[in-house]
Amino acid sequence: MTTATTRSLVIEKEMPHPLERVWRALTQGSLMKEWLMDNDFQPVVGHRFNFRSTPAPNWNGVVDCEVLAVEPNKKLSYSWCSMGLASVVSWTLSATAHGTLLRFEQTGFGPGQEANYNGAKYGWQKFIGGMERVVAGLK
Amino acid sequence: MLAISGTVFTALADPTRRALFERLSREGELTVRLLTNNSGVSQPAVSKHLGVLKHAGLVRSKHKGRQTHYRARPRGLTPLVDWMNYYSRFWHDRIDRLEDLLKRMDQ
Repeated sequence: MTTATTRSLVIEKEMPHPLERVWRALTQGSLMKEWLMDNDFQPVVGHRFNFRSTPAPNWNGVVDCEVLAVEPNKKLSYSWCSMGLASVVSWTLSATAHGTLLRFEQTGFGPGQEANYNGAKYGWQKFIGGMERVVAGLK
Repeated sequence: MLAISGTVFTALADPTRRALFERLSREGELTVRLLTNNSGVSQPAVSKHLGVLKHAGLVRSKHKGRQTHYRARPRGLTPLVDWMNYYSRFWHDRIDRLEDLLKRMDQ
């Protein structure tokens, strides 16, 4: 299931693998490098790290991040700031009869200089929410 | 990765400009004077903010007599939509790679 709005991006996928294995792939730097990007990630709340990729035109190849939540085999979340635009990436795992349901969510899209993930900001989020109606009228 | 213009984001990074843009989106065409009333910001400041929104393609203006009328330009939000579409493709691709990796870890 995929939902893409201007407010958040959600991807959910059931995978025929045990929770622990999926968790390892999400949180071990060397494994993360294989499917996502090179990094100096550590599963410690408050740890600041980068994802690094080959620079491309209009992109320096660096994503600035900070670990926001770590609940082993359950939830991982980090800020994701690139090119001055900030968001929060969250991974949530739950066990199913056949393996693991993986839920990915990227929220809080907004200008990085305003990044304040714990509320108390006048409404970039609220603004984006309101703009969904406007954007829906574009097509 | 991202090939987007930062202008729209910079323009909307300011709460006063966001409020002006929201109001124009909601209420249609308004003069600078009407936009200034109850905004808590001076008319020159409002004009300056409108100039930034215009440069970013988020509003358009029209002179009628001595008044300048402003109107929202929803199409100006396209970079925001493009950005979301970009990330949608990016993460679908990465999650496919994650699944390949998990299969290999199984062996």
